[in-house]
Amino acid sequence: MSKAEELEIHAQQITDGVILRPIGEIDLSCAALLRQELQEVQNQKPARLVIDLGEVPYMDSSGVATLVEAMQIARRSGSRLILSGMQEKVLSIFEIARLDMVFTIVGSVEEATAL
Amino acid sequence: MAKPINEPAVRLEMFSQPRFLAATRALVGSVAQRIGFNACQCGQISLAVDEAMCNVITHGYDRRDDGKLWLNLWPLDTPPGIKVVVEDLARQVDPGSIQPRDLDDIRPGGLGVHIIREIMDEVTYERRRDRGMRLTMIKHLHPSPEVRAHDSSSSAQQRVQQ
Repeated sequence: MSKAEELEIHAQQITDGVILRPIGEIDLSCAALLRQELQEVQNQKPARLVIDLGEVPYMDSSGVATLVEAMQIARRSGSRLILSGMQEKVLSIFEIARLDMVFTIVGSVEEATAL
Repeated sequence: MAKPINEPAVRLEMFSQPRFLAATRALVGSVAQRIGFNACQCGQISLAVDEAMCNVITHGYDRRDDGKLWLNLWPLDTPPGIKVVVEDLARQVDPGSIQPRDLDDIRPGGLGVHIIREIMDEVTYERRRDRGMRLTMIKHLHPSPEVRAHDSSSSAQQRVQQ
């Protein structure tokens, strides 16, 4: 588990990959921690990387940029990156940035692991 | 004693330290709520201000943590709404060069200006007289028919582009 002042990130191994679960608000103060954690996980080249955002009540564009970078790394390495459990407030920034159609976004971790 | 008409109702001075952005968002959201914005609008206005301050910290001050920022908030009466002014002492740039980027170019970063313009009804960047920049953002509580028409045509245009 990694922890910044206001953000915790838990990683859970699953059969074909990893579930990453950030808990807390993701803004400029802690996006670097998420980026570092994502890089460590993506270095293992998991077939599936689920980022469960169910406990992320807020995200700004620095968090979104981190996820865009992770998506690009995943595409290059043939890994599948799925965002799950996104709260409405967080989904709205993806919609504003027109990224909701770029990412694979599902309602729950169960859906993400069943895809 | 009445408040001088030109002075903001709320004025916050802070250093360019991202760890305090959450407190700023809470303040802005709380003021917006008192003006009458709903929870969704309060969240969006807070996001726009967060993006504005992030841009100052990241681009204006190159992530130095000793730069000064001022956040000024005014409730507006006619039409009702909120005016937010973010000022800094960071390096000055040509206001015309601050443009949203092409969203079809999927890449990390550069979304802040787009988000601010998408959320707020009026957005103006200008140089301060001596040093730094000033960003003025206005969000109306009930958009005028002109603003609604503009929003509709923008949305339609975006759909066509997609």
